[in-house]
Amino acid sequence: MQRALPFFALFGAALLLPLFSNDYWAVIGARAAVYWVLVGGLNLVVGYGGQLAIGYVALLTLGAYTSSVLVTKFGVDPFVSFGAAGVVGAIAGVIVGLPALRLRTFYFAMTTLGFATIVTQVALAWQSVTGGGIGLAGPELPKPFDTPWGFYLFALALAAFVTWLSSNVAQSRFGRSLVAIRDAEVAAEAVGISKPHLLTTVFLFAGACAGVAGGLFATLQSYITPEAFSFDLSVTFFIAILVGGRGSILGPLIGNVILTLLPEFAAPLVAWSTFLYAALLLAIVLAMPGGIAAMIDFKNRRPLASNRSIVPKPGLISGHGTARGDIVLKNVVLAFGGVRAIDGLDITIRQGEVHGLIGPNGSGKTTTLNVISGYYAPQQGEAFLGSAPLPHGLPRTRAALGIARTFQTPRLIGEASVLDNVMIGATIEGTANFVESVLSLPRHRRDEKHLTAKAMQALSTVGLEALAEVRADRLQHSELRFMEIARALILNPAFILLDEPAAGLSGDEIQRLGELIKAMAKQGIGVLLVEHHADLIFDICDHVTVLNLGKELASGTPADIRAHKEVVSAYLGG
Amino acid sequence: MLSAILAAGIAVGATYALIGITYNLMFSASRVMSFTAGQLGMAGGVLGAIFIGRMGIPVIPGMILALAGCAIIGLVTEFVAVRPVLGALDQHLYVLSTLGLALMIQQFTAIEFSTEPQPFPRLIGIGEGGPFDEKFWLPVVACAAAVGGLEYLYRRTLVGRAFLAIAEDNFAARALGLPERNLRMASYALAGVVGGLAGFASGELLLAFFANGAMLNFLGFVPVALGGLGNNRGALIGGLALGLFQQAANFIVGGVFASVAVFTVFIVVLLVAPQGLFGAAPSRRV
Repeated sequence: MQRALPFFALFGAALLLPLFSNDYWAVIGARAAVYWVLVGGLNLVVGYGGQLAIGYVALLTLGAYTSSVLVTKFGVDPFVSFGAAGVVGAIAGVIVGLPALRLRTFYFAMTTLGFATIVTQVALAWQSVTGGGIGLAGPELPKPFDTPWGFYLFALALAAFVTWLSSNVAQSRFGRSLVAIRDAEVAAEAVGISKPHLLTTVFLFAGACAGVAGGLFATLQSYITPEAFSFDLSVTFFIAILVGGRGSILGPLIGNVILTLLPEFAAPLVAWSTFLYAALLLAIVLAMPGGIAAMIDFKNRRPLASNRSIVPKPGLISGHGTARGDIVLKNVVLAFGGVRAIDGLDITIRQGEVHGLIGPNGSGKTTTLNVISGYYAPQQGEAFLGSAPLPHGLPRTRAALGIARTFQTPRLIGEASVLDNVMIGATIEGTANFVESVLSLPRHRRDEKHLTAKAMQALSTVGLEALAEVRADRLQHSELRFMEIARALILNPAFILLDEPAAGLSGDEIQRLGELIKAMAKQGIGVLLVEHHADLIFDICDHVTVLNLGKELASGTPADIRAHKEVVSAYLGG
Repeated sequence: MLSAILAAGIAVGATYALIGITYNLMFSASRVMSFTAGQLGMAGGVLGAIFIGRMGIPVIPGMILALAGCAIIGLVTEFVAVRPVLGALDQHLYVLSTLGLALMIQQFTAIEFSTEPQPFPRLIGIGEGGPFDEKFWLPVVACAAAVGGLEYLYRRTLVGRAFLAIAEDNFAARALGLPERNLRMASYALAGVVGGLAGFASGELLLAFFANGAMLNFLGFVPVALGGLGNNRGALIGGLALGLFQQAANFIVGGVFASVAVFTVFIVVLLVAPQGLFGAAPSRRV
């Protein structure tokens, strides 16, 4: 509720505008509202998903022409035409967005820019429909929306509606997943997020918003020509989001209002407005990447306690997920170029056991872990879970199979809270679909309650519950390691793969980590532990495999390994 | 008609290839794709029109001045939009910073120079009108000179080898004691010259127009994307192919559909081969 206060204040102030200003301001205000209908949707793509879609004016153009042509040439009801514009926008949004599934950043930015140019050219050339350079009349709304203030209030209502929709998305597993693919794509795959699925859904939503905004824009302009849809407009939308700050709704909303109003207060500078926006973009990127959102995020300015310690409660670990049998690798071979990182490895990881994997650097420990979690497809050999083969090279299938993991360098979602970072781990448990989440229907709310409770329990288990609301990039290295373990535990996994969890931890912390790992095994979870701390390995493992040059050097109980001559001389020393 | 398509196609193709090489020069020095590449081409045309057309400076000094101006823009790009964000390459902030700078250059030109296309002076005066008009072969000569010059630089000179070393492995090159920062600045200045040359040589064909920047940005990027990042040969082949394809489509189906065709081919090829036709797939991620 507290989070909604600034929004109520903003829209409340906007409602009061008609009381003390003239028609001119109704048009300016309506413009800000119409732009926000587009920017609010685009914000999920750019601000949350991190996809650099700079050509969204193309969708505004499509929406505006769809709506205008339907109304002026076919006599369709204007409100129905807005709906049609939304549908066209949604479809075009997916088409423009598709390249983002395969192409990265600059490439995607270029394709959206190219698309924007094409749409304007087509609008100019397709005279029989669009009127070419002469243009055509926009839709006219019936009473009471035909006056400047009438239209203003209509646009304002839609803007408020879009704000509500997009903040529902932002606070759902979809919003968290978007931020995850932006900041930690590898971790997002490990928890089972499907990027193509997610982005397609969000492109549909943002495209629909942009299409509707196009219809409203045509109404506001009352007459449209291709010139009205300059690339400058696209840049304004994009910059409003970045000025506002990524991963926020309030920030871009304020950014959008400022950028729309700015030229009104600096009349002599109107010709320079795009130049100034561009300079603003450069300044924000160089000096204040967090934008307005970071400026008004007072909560995360308060210093954290400096002497905090991590005290896990291993007793809180609840039962593991469905057991499908052991993880078995058979004669796996994986070479990078000429280097055989794994060279014919057999290994079995049992549920309820801590399996240590040690060996010198470059002996294939992490590579083995990556084969099990699906990042690498071995060139030879098979991997099984029970009797079923583990699909190669498909990391996002692992979460559903109950296999969770951590990473050698913690893959944090820096700008999200610790709680969100952990909730991401159970994304696949969400039951509400996108529509239910957008509209905040009961199933969505039940999901959120359930996931929050589970995440808090996981955080208590690893001893980080006091930091739940803190932005993750403010945590210390050791806390991030435990946060990743919480992200894995929230899934109630059958197996958990830990990649050097003790690296960078203090002696006390290593000991607590050991207790935590032993408790996992006691609850029936199978643990694969890649580690360099020999003491920890020998202290808590039930079984140890030693690798050297991608091959098994020795395998057995800790006592066996300690007595193994080659291991001692090659690795342990002594 | 065929000769017209060939002449115009190779001319614009050579221009696109030069812009592609501009992208590559900046990319190999810093792993950054910059939106200012096309603006450099635009600036070459505009500065040429200002120095030679408006101020009446003779052709050779005028060209040197225009290219020097573009080299400065290249250096400014490095200093303002690239160097500050190099520390966090994985966040792709350079896309935004170079976009900001490119828009500033474009808007500044539109306001201070002209929002309409302005004439570019005749440089030599050979081949009035026909397919052998200088406006068609000047870009080709410029492209050949640039490619030949770069080949010579890379293969025969120590500085050129240092460029290659930086492009190949930045860390190793620095560990060897190469002055990475100076080489990067030199690369950006060189990129400025090559980009400026593209716009200057094609000035009579494309005119001095602020919007050429965005156009060249896209069409110069297509050969790079198709040929593979940092691959000059790919950019050359891709650029010429794109120019011919575009002009042929232009004559056969008309301007708008030519743009649509170019865009469609671009998207389809990229979706099929995201690394480009001559590029290599990235290796390990985790």
